[in-house]
Amino acid sequence: MSPFLTLLTRDIKLAARSGGGAALALSFFALVATLMPLGVGADLKLLARIAGGVLWVGAVLAALLSLDRLFQGDFEDGSLELIALSPLSLEMTSFAKIAAHWLSTGLPLTLLSPLLALMFNLAPAPMAILFVSLLLGTPAVSAVGAIGASLTLSLKRGGLILPLIILPLLAPVVIFGAGAVAAVSDGMAGTGALELLGAFAVAAVLLSPFAAAASVRLNLGN
Amino acid sequence: MISSLTAENLACARGERKLFEQLSFRVTAGQALAVEGANGAGKTSLLRMIAGFLSPADGRLVVKTATGEITDGEERGKLVGWLGHHDGLKPQLTVIEQLHFYAALYGTASERAMLDRVGLTRQADLPCRYLSAGQRRRLALARLLVSGRSLWLLDEPFAALDAAGQSLVGQLMARHCGSGGIIIAATHDPLGLGNESLKL
Repeated sequence: MSPFLTLLTRDIKLAARSGGGAALALSFFALVATLMPLGVGADLKLLARIAGGVLWVGAVLAALLSLDRLFQGDFEDGSLELIALSPLSLEMTSFAKIAAHWLSTGLPLTLLSPLLALMFNLAPAPMAILFVSLLLGTPAVSAVGAIGASLTLSLKRGGLILPLIILPLLAPVVIFGAGAVAAVSDGMAGTGALELLGAFAVAAVLLSPFAAAASVRLNLGN
Repeated sequence: MISSLTAENLACARGERKLFEQLSFRVTAGQALAVEGANGAGKTSLLRMIAGFLSPADGRLVVKTATGEITDGEERGKLVGWLGHHDGLKPQLTVIEQLHFYAALYGTASERAMLDRVGLTRQADLPCRYLSAGQRRRLALARLLVSGRSLWLLDEPFAALDAAGQSLVGQLMARHCGSGGIIIAATHDPLGLGNESLKL
């Protein structure tokens, strides 16, 4: 197995075994999505109207739960130094960690979303768009999150400052993701928003490993 | 294979504070160098500098290999076998999984036999969270062997180990030097390799 796949599978294994990972994010997402209709009330029209935005925000916050440990765990126990000295470059290391985070968090969240959308009385067409938009957008959440995680990896309570760094950067993802769902609900195509979302995701996934690697390098030099 | 590592007028600064300057030394294949000094003298910083994590404030480090000279820190790091303060072990992974992970990451082979050499055969399938400090250190040693690197940087290699463990470290170091490897160790105890030492 290549060093890249080795790190990727280890990170997924660790996410699964530490009890956090997917289970925690999924329960959080499900709870937020359940509480929202309870708080807003049984106005089906209103619920369908806000479903895209609420589920998108819920998914981003759920993905955030495990992001702070992306590099921090490895930094604290010395694994990050050993990974840095391995043949795998820090850029590819960051990329592997982003991929592992998406596979263990973003993908399960996306798969769960149609079920939660039922609680919001979302029609099949916007529900399909919600699914596609999460599939396109959650990799960007993991990628942008990796930048924040790498900046805060040496801070003891870095998890608290992480949302302040990355949530503003994730605004476009939520705007285009929820925007696509709203557009389809209004009888429009919504492809414009999806295209912008896809473009943002591609840029984030391709560029953020470099930013994260630079920040890891900086932290290892301290 | 590395034929020599040369430090020329190295200086290390942490913030405003200078830890050491005008530090020069040379280690050739098969040699060990003990780095000694009081707490906070910069032993670990020197090791981190050699591994390429820290950039020297002044001076340079040159590694001579069969294919040429290496002066870049990150490139030098790819030759380093690292045994730091932290063992780099995950509590959720078993001993053998841990070893397989590092072997695959470094592109080398790992076998259970490696655990025999450090006395962890019986613990092979135990999650690392159940290991004692000394056992963790032994596993870190196995990982160092598995890395297959020729420049060993060891930070307090005898820490947490019992008498048998300490003599094991001695044997492993002697064998590494015997096969043409280089060892630079920050330590308070003598390495017992007939090595030179560097006072910081």
